[in-house]
Amino acid sequence: MHPVRKKRLFVIMIILVLLGSVVSLIMYALQQNINLFYSPSQIVTGEAPYNANIRAGGMVVEGSVARDPETLAVSFEVTDFRHKVKIEFNGILPDLFREGQGIVAQGKLNSNGVFVATQVLAKHDEKYMPPEVTEALENAQNTSLNNTSNIQPTY
Amino acid sequence: MAFDNLTDFFEMGRHGVYVWSVYGFSTVSLALITWSTLSKRHQIQETLRKRFLRDKTI
Amino acid sequence: MSWTWFHKLGSPKWFFHWSKSLALPLFGFGCICLLFGLVWGVAFAPEDYQQGNSFRIIYIHVPAAILAQSCYLALGLSGLVFLVWQMKIAPIFIKAVAPVGAVMALMALVSGAIWGKPTWGTWWVWDARLTSVLVLFLLYMGIIALQNSLNDVTLANKAVAVISVVGLINLPIIKYSVEWWNTLHQGATFTLTEKPAMPAEMWVPLLISTIGLYCLVAGLALWRMQTEILIREHRSNWVKQEVMKDGL
Repeated sequence: MHPVRKKRLFVIMIILVLLGSVVSLIMYALQQNINLFYSPSQIVTGEAPYNANIRAGGMVVEGSVARDPETLAVSFEVTDFRHKVKIEFNGILPDLFREGQGIVAQGKLNSNGVFVATQVLAKHDEKYMPPEVTEALENAQNTSLNNTSNIQPTY
Repeated sequence: MAFDNLTDFFEMGRHGVYVWSVYGFSTVSLALITWSTLSKRHQIQETLRKRFLRDKTI
Repeated sequence: MSWTWFHKLGSPKWFFHWSKSLALPLFGFGCICLLFGLVWGVAFAPEDYQQGNSFRIIYIHVPAAILAQSCYLALGLSGLVFLVWQMKIAPIFIKAVAPVGAVMALMALVSGAIWGKPTWGTWWVWDARLTSVLVLFLLYMGIIALQNSLNDVTLANKAVAVISVVGLINLPIIKYSVEWWNTLHQGATFTLTEKPAMPAEMWVPLLISTIGLYCLVAGLALWRMQTEILIREHRSNWVKQEVMKDGL
């Protein structure tokens, strides 16, 4: 390569690296603002502010969903598998809301450590599957569980 | 086919509005950018050809 | 290493002749592939166990998002090539591809919003992924606006190349946003190292429509570059011969 071009390439690379590090430093400093939601651990350890409009996210704990039979009020717990936070919500839940599903709720944390949500969004992962396959998988899991329980006594 | 009949296909289990509006929007966008690309390409060629023809006759 | 091919490719005349017979077949193949992939995806692929049929939006959303990023990568690299080697074809490429990339980014944003409503429960949320893709769209719009506002070609070439290169920083942010931060958006559907987390009858049509859209965009890009070459080189003799030879 021609020395002039080499120099130009070098200068551009240096500028890009510098710019890149400036941007990453800024993003590192703003990390908490870029994160869309606080995890249950962050809320339990007191990282999340009280009575401020924030978002909380996590997995809906199996068996924790309690619906009021007369109103739309619902309460449930979310977890990041280390800590749990209770969420109360009064409104229509998205279609994808179910136990074991990731959700993001917007609202305020009250002084009892309960998150009062004004909006609940469902999060999903990048795993897509036809319904028949999930059924087959569940069946397979059940049979394998049965099998192991059958095998155990013969040991 | 993943659907039993045409009605099911268009309704998409009450997601029809969402799915078809995405497909509609994308078709229109792609058609527009293709049309603008080809018409510009053609227009430039014709403009230049006319100009060269005129220059030749002078 | 010989650099002749590099310099050859950089010559507008050579590029015009080389690309002339390539644009239509690429575009045609792309259209057929895309149509095939989309019909397969929308009518024959199975629905998702959680999202039902709204999952079918993926067959537009993912190809458009991939193309929006690929176009920008190409834009940024040609900006670099122009700034270092002053290659004439690079700014032509940037000018030709920026509007196509903008359309792809817009398609990704709109399809994502429409998909978000029934699945997440909202059209839009300011999470890192959605915001960084919006920034990508705005970068495209900025490049287009800058290009159109500068009448001095030399200045426009340089200015546009500089923001294309600088905007490259946004690409890793888009890619890793779902890993670095908590986002509502899920992880990547396609990665180079792992098999997609869905059965073949779901990802094969997605791959086909992605390839189709790639070829379609490549065809469009070649046509747009040819237009731009004719405009910029209209004084040269070869353009005269070319134009008088045939129609389109």
